Parts: sequence; C-alpha cells; structure tokens
Amino acid sequence: MTNLVEIRDLKIEAKSDAGRIIEIIRGVSFDIAEGEIVALIGESGSGKTTIALSLMGYARSGCRISGGSVTLAGKDMVTLSERARAKVRGTEVSYVPQSAAAAFNPAQTIMEQVIEITRIHDLMPPAQAEARAVDLFKALSLPNAETIGSRYPHQVSGGQLQRLSAAMALIADPKLVIFDEPTTALDVTTQIEVLRAFKSVMKKSAIAGIYVSHDLAVVAQIADRIVVLKGGEIQEIGTTEQILKAPAHAYTRELLAAFEPKHYARPLAETVASPKPPLLEVLDITAGYGPIQVDGLPLMKALKSVSFRLEAGRNLGVIGESGCGKSTLARVIAGILPQAKGDIIFDGRQMAQTAAARQKEELRKLQMVFQFADTALNPSKSIGDILGRPLSFYHGMNARAREARIGQLLDMVRLPSTVRHRRAAELSGGQKQRVNLARALAADPKLILCDEITSALDTVVAAAILDLLKELQRELGLSYMFISHDLSTVRAICDEVIVMYQGEKVEDMPTGLDQGPQHPYSKLLFSSVPKLDPGWLDGLEQDPELVRAFAKR
Amino acid sequence: MNRHVLNLVLARLMIAVITLLIVSFTVFAATVLLPGDVVEVLLGQAATPEAVAGLRAAMHLDDPAIWRFIQWLGGIFTGDFGISYANNMPVADLIGPRLANSLKLAGITTLVSVPVALTLGITAAMWRGSWFDRSVTILSIGIVSVPEFMVATSAVLVFAVYLKWLPALSFANEIHTFGQLLRVYAMPVITLSFVISAQMIRMTRAAVIDTLNTPYVEMALLKGASRKRLVLKHALPNALGPIVNAVALSLSYLLGGVIIVETIFNYPGVAKLMVDAVSTRDLPLIQTCAMLFCIVYLFLITTADIIAILSNPRLR
Repeated sequence: MTNLVEIRDLKIEAKSDAGRIIEIIRGVSFDIAEGEIVALIGESGSGKTTIALSLMGYARSGCRISGGSVTLAGKDMVTLSERARAKVRGTEVSYVPQSAAAAFNPAQTIMEQVIEITRIHDLMPPAQAEARAVDLFKALSLPNAETIGSRYPHQVSGGQLQRLSAAMALIADPKLVIFDEPTTALDVTTQIEVLRAFKSVMKKSAIAGIYVSHDLAVVAQIADRIVVLKGGEIQEIGTTEQILKAPAHAYTRELLAAFEPKHYARPLAETVASPKPPLLEVLDITAGYGPIQVDGLPLMKALKSVSFRLEAGRNLGVIGESGCGKSTLARVIAGILPQAKGDIIFDGRQMAQTAAARQKEELRKLQMVFQFADTALNPSKSIGDILGRPLSFYHGMNARAREARIGQLLDMVRLPSTVRHRRAAELSGGQKQRVNLARALAADPKLILCDEITSALDTVVAAAILDLLKELQRELGLSYMFISHDLSTVRAICDEVIVMYQGEKVEDMPTGLDQGPQHPYSKLLFSSVPKLDPGWLDGLEQDPELVRAFAKR
Repeated sequence: MNRHVLNLVLARLMIAVITLLIVSFTVFAATVLLPGDVVEVLLGQAATPEAVAGLRAAMHLDDPAIWRFIQWLGGIFTGDFGISYANNMPVADLIGPRLANSLKLAGITTLVSVPVALTLGITAAMWRGSWFDRSVTILSIGIVSVPEFMVATSAVLVFAVYLKWLPALSFANEIHTFGQLLRVYAMPVITLSFVISAQMIRMTRAAVIDTLNTPYVEMALLKGASRKRLVLKHALPNALGPIVNAVALSLSYLLGGVIIVETIFNYPGVAKLMVDAVSTRDLPLIQTCAMLFCIVYLFLITTADIIAILSNPRLR
C-alpha cells in the first residue's frame, strides 16, 4: 500500500511574546494512505491544527517548522519554496476551516470564493468551474444549489456555510482534504447533516482526509484511524475501533472516561427535607431586545412566557441550542436585562427588574459565573484584588480578614494560595474558570447561575470543574442553575432539566435527563448528540418532519 | 442598490444638513461674541460717539442678534453672503477668486499625495516587518513630527535661496505654461503632501494589516493565492471603509488648515483671507469662510461614509 502522506519526526517551534522559543510539536510521525481518513484528536494546545496545517507547508505567524519532513504525494512540503507550495495548495491539498463564517470574505459572493481555486491555478474556465460547484452543492445536499452561489456569506446559515466551505475545498479534486474542527461551531441538530454530507462526498470520491477534532464521538463517525495527541506528541495511533474499544494509552482512557459522565440527578425527596417555598421561582417571564411595541413587549422576544421553580439545594439544567434564549434567561434572573413581563421570586422575595434596584443582600445571594473567564476577569488586576472586591463590597471586610478569606476561597477551588499575586493572563483556562467561580463564592451566595461555564474548556478540565461544583455543593449547600448546550455536562450535574427552543420552555424534566424526552424538539435534540459508536451516524434515523420543523439547516 | 441602502444614504445626508445648521448657528454666535467692535475699528480712535452710533445704525448692528442670524442664513441660501465691512465689497466677490486658488492647491495636493500615500500604506502592510515597512514607518512618523512651517521654510531656504530652482513666492495668477505651474506649485504642494500623507499612510497600513490578519485571508492563502491577490482581492475591499475615512479626514485639512503654508509662500488662498478678516473684525467675511470650511469638511466626511456604506455587502 502506498502512502499519500508521510510525516517523519516533524518538529515545529513557536516564539512566545517574551521571545522565548518553545517546541510545540515534538517529533511527530504518521502516515495517511490513499483514500483514508485519519483523525487528529487532542485538547486545545495539543498541536493538532498545527500539524494539519504543516501538510500545506504552512505555519501560523510566530511558528516555524524546525525539523522533520512532511511528504505529500512525493513532495516534501517543508523544503519546498513558497511559490511551489502555493501551487500545491488548493489543487493537491485543501482546507476546510473551523469557522466557515469567519473564513468567507464578507465582500465577495459565495460562488466567487468557491471557484477561486480554479482561477488562482488557472484550472478551468469559470463557467465550467461554476457548473462543477453547483454539482458539489447538490452532492453536499445544499438547498437551492443553482442560486446559493450568488449570495453573500452573511445571507446563509452557519451549517450551510460549513458545507459551502467543503465545496470550496473540493472544487479542484484534491488528493487530501484537511478538516479543521469543521462542526465545532455548529448546533448538534445542524452538525448531523454536515457530517453526513462530508462523509458521503469523501466516500464517493475516495479522497484522503485529515479530520482535526476534540470530540471523539464526532471523529468516530468519520475516521478510519485516530491519532491521539497531547502536548505536541503522539500518545497513541490506532484504528477507530481499537481506540474506542481497547485504548492502550492511559490518556486515551482518560479522554474516553471524560466523555461519558455518570448520571447525577438525585430524587427530590433525598435533597429537600420538607416542603418549603422554592429558592427561585420564575413566573411567566417575557424579555427581549429592540424597541418596545404597542403591547409593551420588545420587538425581538428572546424569552416567551417562561416559568419554572427551583428548590434550595437542587440543580437545574437549562439546555437548548444557540439562540434559544437560555443565556437571556440567566441575564434576566441576574437583573442585567430587565424583563418586559413576569416576576422573579428569589428566596421568598420579589426581585426588582434591574440589578441596580436590588438590595445588596439580594445581590449577594444570587451570583453569576460567565462563559469566558478570559473576558470576565480584569486583566490588569491581580487575582487577590479580584477576589477581595466582593469581600469588601458585600461583607465590609478589612484587609486582614480579606487576606484570610482569599486564602480559604482559593483553597475551596483547589488553587494554590500563591495564585493571589498573579494576573489572569498567567493562568490556564481551567484555572481562570476556578478563579471566576471563587469570585462568585466570595459573596456566600445561595444560588449560582452558571452560563456555559465549561464549554470553552477541554473535556478533562471541564470534568474536573464539574466535580469541584458538586463538592462545593455538598460543603456549602448551594444551588446551581446550569446553562449549557451540552447534554452530557448537564447530565453530570443537574437534578432537573428544562429544554428551551426559540425562547420557549418546551419541556420540563423534573427527574433529570434519563426520564427520556417527550416533546418532539427534545427528541430531535437528544437523538442528535453523537455517540461513541462508529455506526451511530449511519444507523441514525430521524423523522424528516421533525428535522424540517426544528433544525436550522 | 435597494431601498435599505437608499434609506441609509438619505439618513446620512440628513445628518449632514442638520450638522450644517447647528454649525451655522455656532459660527454666527461665536463671531457676534468676538471682542472688539467693527465700527470703532473702521472709524479709528478719534471718532465721535455720534458718528459711531450713526454707522452702527447704517450697518444694522443694533438689530437683535437672532433677527440678524435669520437674515444672514436666508442670504446664504439665496447666494447672498453679505457685504464685507472692511472694504464694502460683496463677500462673494472677495472669496470667489481666493476659493478657486485654494481649491486648485488642494486639488493638486490631493492628486499627488493620495495615490502616493495609499500605495506606500498598502505596500508597507504587504511586507510588514521588512526594511521597507520600517523605513516607511520611520519616515512618516518623522515627517508628521516636524511642524509644517519648518518644512516650508527649509524648502524655501534650499530650493529658492541656495539652489534658486524655484520661486520663493507663489503668485497663482501668473501662470501661463505647464512648466510655470510646476515651478509655482512644487513647494506648497510638497509641504502640504508631507503634512497630510503621514496620517493616510499610517491609517491605510493599519486597516490593511487588520484585514490581513482575518481568517478569510488565511483561507485565501491556503487556496494558493499570491500575496498580491491576498491584498488586492481579499484585504483591500474590506479595508475600504476605514481608508476612505482617513483620506477624508486628511483632505479636510487642505482648505482651512493651510494658513501657515499660505502665509509662508504668500499664496492667496481662503485661509489667509479669513485670518485677515479676523484682524479687521469683518464679520460677514469670517462667517462665510467658516461656513465654507464646514461645508467642505461635511462633504468629505459624508462622501467617505457613503462610500463605506456602498462597499459593505452586508448593508447593500
């Protein structure tokens, strides 16, 4: 068997901001056969995208290929001249980017960009290229294949753009296609269609592929072999079957374990001793953005008559896809966005619409943790200052008491006490999210609103944060309202779940996720989450009526 | 082009008109508040109080300010800019030839500096970090830090006094051949180009670099596109908005801000006329000049905004 790609002892260096040179890829070797799809899997910073881009002879700015060889169809991309590399790009190896929305030029029509490769390399007349593009659009089951090319990128949906970017990559019949996390930015119900389209096109034309992803379940559907990476080194290479069923390396097993968290939901009786008024009661909330209409409601309604209740000591999961209003719900409860209609009763008191009108004590008991710790922590303040602020604001502590409490808080979130002198930029993503959590804990809250707090983190780190949340709950008797698009995260921490769709609560699941969805949208959503079974995508059958009604394809 | 864009453009034009009205009011109020009295300047210190009062009445200076404002505004819209206090000529006749001179100087400077500045800015962005980029950066920062009277007087010293290549003064009405035109305009145009190019170069470079760092330019690179194609086809169309705004801001300097250059080269332009008018308390002339500068400024900024709107497919 001849290998299309042979990577031998590849080394890539990066220059840090301080001017130090760090080796980010440390001697990686693997092969790709003709027509084979190989997945590169690993966490952020494992070097998977860097390796994939080296196949095009490209290193992002600040990086440099410092050793080894990358042979593609007999040519070593490392030693080739820039001009010769440009000849290979698009014709022999092409690229499907992570975010198609960002990778399309907003000032050009889609067709112009899809056939650009044929123009650059002077492969065929434009009319022929356009006909070919339309064929590809059809093969990728895009709607309105004949006319979609004349639109601008902002006029089509994210899932469609992702498939259009695949058409862009396939236009010149490359030998190898690099897929760089092509479905990570998509909702799960959209992801299925995109994955199916990719798979069928790749199968039909027997093109080899590299599929970069952090999601084992997605990779399981499409890859023949899997390369597991960590810290720029290969941990394990094996067939998809072997990696999933019989992982040899400890790290692979860790990845697999983080994928299937244990079901957490506790029965109501176990956690709530006697019937008391609920901790949080949301009654018929309507809220949104834009000018207020005659009926007193905003033009764009992000929430439509949402009600639910949460008992003290319990965890509520709010799940739904992008744009379903789940973050708006948290913002309304926290008083960041005033509701147009409806009431919030927290700890027995009716809450004012805006945070500014609420009493300090009410604010203290209800804290929020945001999705991106990077932007939520002030980069110019030390961690000690960040944690000290709520301590003096809510508890009026003096310097000595503050110092002691900061030490306790850092201990609670399992961070070393020396962290207090550092700034947020010096911490890792997981550490920052812990600081973010410690800041909420500093107020001694009764309820913490967690808005997608694990979605920017790697699976193993996210699992550790979830464990920490559960531990804190046992020690401090907190409640969480946990907002996420990720079913397995919600499964790992929530007692009760509500499902949202387009601003409405479509389903209440008072005993957790395992009771099984009833509402058609929940059914579609739940069945769309990829499973660690290579045959899952092919065996999956979804009611086309449901798909048409709910999925934003 | 659809209704949406038309609405955006019309809204932009409306804003320009409203701004102009506000400015006209401010200009009038400010000139009325200027210290000193035109009548006393005209008649000199020996004037009798009766003579002063008589001239005031004759010039309608005793009417309420708001009434004079309305009359003045009405005059402007009908093309009557009033009579100069200082030499009793219609303001339009005074400004006319001067404005033509100023526009000529501004036009030639624009034709020279804009293409040069854009080319330098774009090429510096293309080869960012190279020796070429660095020397363009150092030069443009150096030039913008040197005051323009310094550039102008050094130019006069070198080219007119020592080398005797060019005339030290620009008498704009004496031109008969193209060669004369070059000789007369060379120094003022070079001085002004120095002043306005630096900002355009820096802003163009920054705008192009900004778009060169976007994922869609990386995508084009991974399609095998050449550097020229990356910049001209992908980066530039998306950087057009900020670039035309930088150009408009720089050009707006060419009419009102050129007083130093006009003085040094003794160039009969509008800016010099306005400064003279201030020293003689010639209110109608000051007001008209100020309005003129404002109109040119608004015209440039509004044009830049409209180009930015039209070049953005999201708005189109």
